[in-house]
Amino acid sequence: MTDNSKKIPRTKPRFSATFDPFTISEIQRAAATGIYDIRGAGTKRKLPHFDDLLFLGASISRYPLEGYRERCDTDVVLGTRFARKPIRLKTPVTIAGMSFGALSAQAKEALGRGASAVGTSTTTGDGGMTPEERGHSSILVYQYLPSRYGMNPDDLRRADAIEVVVGQGAKPGGGGMLLGQKISSRVAKMRDLPEGIDQRSACRHPDWTGPDDLEIKIEELREITNWEKPIYLKIGASRPYYDVSLAVKAGADVVVLDGMQGGTAATQEVFIEHVGLPILSAIRSAVQALQDLGMHRKVQLIVSGGIRSGADMAKALALGADAVAIGTAALVALGDQSPDLAEEYARLGTVPGAYDDWQDGRDPAGITTQDPELAARLDPVLGGRRIANYLSVMTMEAQAIARACGKSHLHNLEPEDMVALTMEAAAMTRIPLAGTEWYPGKGSF
Amino acid sequence: MSNMQEIDLAECTLRDANSQLQGEDVTGAWVIRNPRGRHALAVGLTAPVDVLVDGQAGYYAAGMNQRANVTINGNAGPGVAENMMSGRVHVSGNASMAAGATGHGGLLVIDGDAGARCGISMKGIDIVVRGSVGHMSAFMAQSGTLVVCGEAGEALGDSLYEAKLFVRGDVKSLGADCEEKEMTPQDLAHLQSLLDRAGITEYPADSFRLYGSARRLYHFHVDNAAAY
Ligand SMILES: Cc1cc2nc3c(=O)[nH]c(=O)nc-3n(C[C@H](O)[C@H](O)[C@H](O)COP(=O)(O)O)c2cc1C
Repeated sequence: MTDNSKKIPRTKPRFSATFDPFTISEIQRAAATGIYDIRGAGTKRKLPHFDDLLFLGASISRYPLEGYRERCDTDVVLGTRFARKPIRLKTPVTIAGMSFGALSAQAKEALGRGASAVGTSTTTGDGGMTPEERGHSSILVYQYLPSRYGMNPDDLRRADAIEVVVGQGAKPGGGGMLLGQKISSRVAKMRDLPEGIDQRSACRHPDWTGPDDLEIKIEELREITNWEKPIYLKIGASRPYYDVSLAVKAGADVVVLDGMQGGTAATQEVFIEHVGLPILSAIRSAVQALQDLGMHRKVQLIVSGGIRSGADMAKALALGADAVAIGTAALVALGDQSPDLAEEYARLGTVPGAYDDWQDGRDPAGITTQDPELAARLDPVLGGRRIANYLSVMTMEAQAIARACGKSHLHNLEPEDMVALTMEAAAMTRIPLAGTEWYPGKGSF
Repeated sequence: MSNMQEIDLAECTLRDANSQLQGEDVTGAWVIRNPRGRHALAVGLTAPVDVLVDGQAGYYAAGMNQRANVTINGNAGPGVAENMMSGRVHVSGNASMAAGATGHGGLLVIDGDAGARCGISMKGIDIVVRGSVGHMSAFMAQSGTLVVCGEAGEALGDSLYEAKLFVRGDVKSLGADCEEKEMTPQDLAHLQSLLDRAGITEYPADSFRLYGSARRLYHFHVDNAAAY
């Protein structure tokens, strides 16, 4: 009489690891729309990263410096190779290139205020230089991109350094993208484009192709600016040993190496997630290239892509970089992903911490938007304060680590101060696996 | 010729030559002797001076020009007058690829032929070529005018925005989203004024055809995917 069917245990619904819920939703979205997904931010997959390295600190064989009492300097000079006016930063963390267009004028101003307060630089982006950002940035790096939007010799001369952009970590080999919602009349005018169109900018420079041409292009830029400005060359991490070697050959003063964790304002999801190298795996070969050419510390190396803290900065420097750059973390410091915006994020179909529709211009934090009402929510003075706070914390964190390792300058950190937690990180950085003297590729265990 | 100030590249460095020509207070007429294909000649000029490059110029001659009137008495390498803002650049011979690339203003006149990608990403410059232009000319051209008295190579005006392209001879093929347009009286008048300014009298304006953007790629649509 009893109903046996009720007693048979039922297996739980089981999601496929291959066709996981995100993958299924992406197939459904693609089928419904006929267009690939475009979004902002960087890769979201788990990758070998700075978390896979640890510092050893000092003990008997090394002795530490006294926190707060013994100096640990942080200054860095960039562009010492050819430029007549190298750049001096008080701390080796700079604000990466993010365009006016991708960001609101308020956000650009806040970044300038914050960076200037702590003695570091900001960078323009794919869209030209605005008077606001020039005015509020004591040190401003002017990007020279394939699109050449807004490019002009007056701004070149107004800049403190010039960054020739070959690629970006989020999309090495890809061009820029700015969707119609963000092409406001001011943005359109600066870029010389019709208002409201989906703008796709070129991935190759219009008037040079290989490293030999690039060398001549750099000479031209120097001639136009009286050999004063440091010339940076920004590359997405893909073949760092060769690309850095060619950058040096072409005459760069500074190489900017951006890993695949690097943020973007708008790129195809498939590009963000599947192209490029994690920054951890790219630094060592970039440094090796500089060392092989006798140029380490003569051509400075700035690295970026997923830098979040003073610990990340210290690890990048210990691997041989001269400075780091941040994009995403700076936006978070400004108020992106704030829990206070949970309700508005919910209306956009997302939650704080996962918001990545930086391409569509409806950012409730007023950062990645050209909507005047949304942008007005961001107070540039307050935003500048938050950026300055955050940059100061990063610097103090890196100093705390450096002192613990007995270093009187952040640049004295070295690979020998670290161990790797995973085989992958050990292989990528040639830093020994914790508890061993060994990394993959090295003779005996 | 006699009151021209002379710079002899056989006797000075490129930096010396350019620095004499750069700056707001430079005046008069200048001649650069023995250019011998040097790159980055007469770049970044800002004053309304006359400069004659007496011979062949390498890459990026007269790059980013503002207000100056630069004449190259010979051939020019890649990127002549690249990103020009204003003024005038005149090449008496042929120009290599990317002539007038990304230029924002001013007039570039090429008496001979221009290579591939002439006027690429142009942003307001006017370019008049007496001869023919190579493939992918006016690629992603945003605004300004390209006038070609001869023929145009493959994929003219690919991914064009609002630039206007006047071509007198054959066009080997049009690039994605570029189409022939009806010429209005205003277009004819504009073309005529450019021909006049370039000193071209032998070709009547109504012997040209006008090409422009079909504006189909301004907003992504899956049915246009084959054009990308
Ligand atoms: C909103 C946004 C806009 C960006 N725009 C540009 C740009 O115009 N040019 C460029 O070279 N990189 C651009 N980037 C990339 C940054 O310069 C930088 O490489 C990257 O943000 C560093 O990685 P991180 O975001 O993990 O710190 C942009 C990044 C973001 C987040």
